Amino acid sequence: MIKALMARWKQGYRTMEFPSAGLMLPPRGLGLPKLKPGRLEKAAAACPYGALTAGEKPGLDMGRCIFCGACANAAPEAVEFTREYKLCASGRGALVITDEDFRRAESLGAGLRRLFGRSFKLRQVSAGGCAACEADCNVLQTIGWDLGRFGVQFAASPRHADGLLVTGPVTKNMELALRKTYAAMSSPKVVIACGACAISGGPYAGHEECAGIPPEIPVDLYIPGCPPHPLTILDGILRLIGRVE
Amino acid sequence: MKVEHLSGFDFGAAELDPSIFFETAASRLASGGRALAYFALPEGEAHRLVMAVGFDREGRIEVYSTQAYGPFRALTPSFPQLHLFEREIFEQAGLKPEGHPWLKPIRFNTPGAVPGVADYFTVHGSQVHEVAVGPVHAGVIEPGHFRFQCHGERVFHLEIMLGYQHRGLEKKFIGGPDGRSLHYAETLAGDTTIGHGWAYCGAVEALSGVNVPPRAQILRGIMLELERLANHTGDLGALAGDVAYLPAASFCGRLRGDFLNMTALVCGSRFGRNMLRPGGVNFDLDAALIHELKLRLENTFRDVQSAVSLLWETGSVADRFEDTGVVSKEAAEGLGLVGPVARASGVGLDTRRNFSSGPYEGFTLGVSGSGDVYSRAYVRWLEIQKSAELIAGWLDALPAGPVEAECGCLKADSAAVSLVEGWRGQICHFALTGPGGKFRHYKIVDPSFHNWQGLALALRNGEISDFPLCNKSFNLSYCGRDL
Repeated sequence: MIKALMARWKQGYRTMEFPSAGLMLPPRGLGLPKLKPGRLEKAAAACPYGALTAGEKPGLDMGRCIFCGACANAAPEAVEFTREYKLCASGRGALVITDEDFRRAESLGAGLRRLFGRSFKLRQVSAGGCAACEADCNVLQTIGWDLGRFGVQFAASPRHADGLLVTGPVTKNMELALRKTYAAMSSPKVVIACGACAISGGPYAGHEECAGIPPEIPVDLYIPGCPPHPLTILDGILRLIGRVE
Repeated sequence: MKVEHLSGFDFGAAELDPSIFFETAASRLASGGRALAYFALPEGEAHRLVMAVGFDREGRIEVYSTQAYGPFRALTPSFPQLHLFEREIFEQAGLKPEGHPWLKPIRFNTPGAVPGVADYFTVHGSQVHEVAVGPVHAGVIEPGHFRFQCHGERVFHLEIMLGYQHRGLEKKFIGGPDGRSLHYAETLAGDTTIGHGWAYCGAVEALSGVNVPPRAQILRGIMLELERLANHTGDLGALAGDVAYLPAASFCGRLRGDFLNMTALVCGSRFGRNMLRPGGVNFDLDAALIHELKLRLENTFRDVQSAVSLLWETGSVADRFEDTGVVSKEAAEGLGLVGPVARASGVGLDTRRNFSSGPYEGFTLGVSGSGDVYSRAYVRWLEIQKSAELIAGWLDALPAGPVEAECGCLKADSAAVSLVEGWRGQICHFALTGPGGKFRHYKIVDPSFHNWQGLALALRNGEISDFPLCNKSFNLSYCGRDL
């Protein structure tokens, strides 16, 4: 027992402050992309996922982007990745970065915020990804991040959940299980698509084995990334329930 | 035919007559060989069966192939390690292994297949009951279906039915390499990005004949060992959590993240995405980064030591770990288990030693155990210490020079076997090129493919309440197995 107490003392207090000023992705990390004045054709040709559109109305779709940086390497004059981690959006269209300002996710309406703002339980369904998104959701439950302090927890049953957090491209083999999980949750309920796979298929976009989130399961929050950094996930969830501005 | 690990070979020379193929395979598997891969390669209307066998003690690989037009002789009855390979061949190619005990689907990806709907083992009797779990589990984890045949708390048998994560990866390599191939490799199992990424790069480099510069080799080694450190530390924490020993669980959960952040310091991604490229690596270390990494490694390792030592000194932990979920050495060898799980049962296989290459020349660590949860935990701790020592040594003596070499076109009609000791165990990528130097076939064998059956065996005669503990002590990948 004394050794456990000594270890506790040595390990120290490790929960990070969040949000806090100056918080950024690591120096080599790829965060919010920025379109520069250069032409996008070369960058678009370098993207294996068709996330970039060149031409009159250029855009970079963060929902398809897996943040491999191939575009910025091919055409540094056209695309740049900043270290900004706040990438979440409320609408699918808002994930497309243009020369206009990026519109971050908005919080739920006042009614839902009153219900979920101080206690928000999520059921996570992993549906065909690589398990990296799951790992970065799990990490939020460690003492370093302490998701629970914000009133947010992952629940073991859909019956106990206010929200559904989906990861993976939703394989055909998981489609039914996802539908049943959603159906088992009581209303009102919100849906979060976490990671490029859940949003667009990600690296597996276009695979016949993948179905995607069915239209009957409307998404309220999109968290882009492959996988999203835990900072991005946490920011998105807290933005949704109105805990950060 | 004998082939060299990580160098291209003439695939045509591996051809054998069907009768000789099965005789050879059986005699090699009976004399210390272990199946690295066994698959059906489409060839016009017919197929070709291809088997790669590894001889761990000698560090030797052999490859044989034969044409197959229909049913073929199952070797599973004599060599259980082939059971899933033969089921896979049946599911993918429709060739029936005659004599296989039970050809159940493994990925439910054939027309009309419904995931999880298959015949299961059943036990009958007035007081026997069945517990079914999944595909959606209570935690934030991947999907799979588990069925326990029980008598009271006692588990007669656990059957594990997977395939929910199947997203059609292998066939998407065909026609590559292209812009997506490396990303496929990196996301075969997200927590093994460096392991699978390296195996893929190794296969491409073997087929193009490029030599990876020494500095890049060492940088890859650093990243692979960081991946091992993160996952082993996380596993020890999860094991502590499952026996309700919260101090070690909390500390290790945080420390796992510190190792991931060290990975991100090098390449920007906590999982090592974008680090590797065929021919070398994308990121180099300067003096300041080396200094920072050494400092973080030292501090984090010290904290891991203090957190993990609590496990071995706490009676209630030892009581739950010891003699739980025993897998005997015979069972581990018979099933062809790999990785720390196999080493914990006394199987002397570590790719870093038995098939050493690159930064692992001269690697010597040998670990062993008695096959229980305690051994699987303790082996991880021994490996954590070794990984930290390796990284510290490499950071002190990083060779100068470039970090990438130009990787040209792949040789046509060639093949290569690439092995990497990922943190879960041996990863095998078997790449074949066609006449144009593009992938004609790409076979991936994740360590979990071998090891899931080991978990099923670990539960025999155990209690249902031991399942989470046994499961964490294996911590297998669903997506790596389902592909």
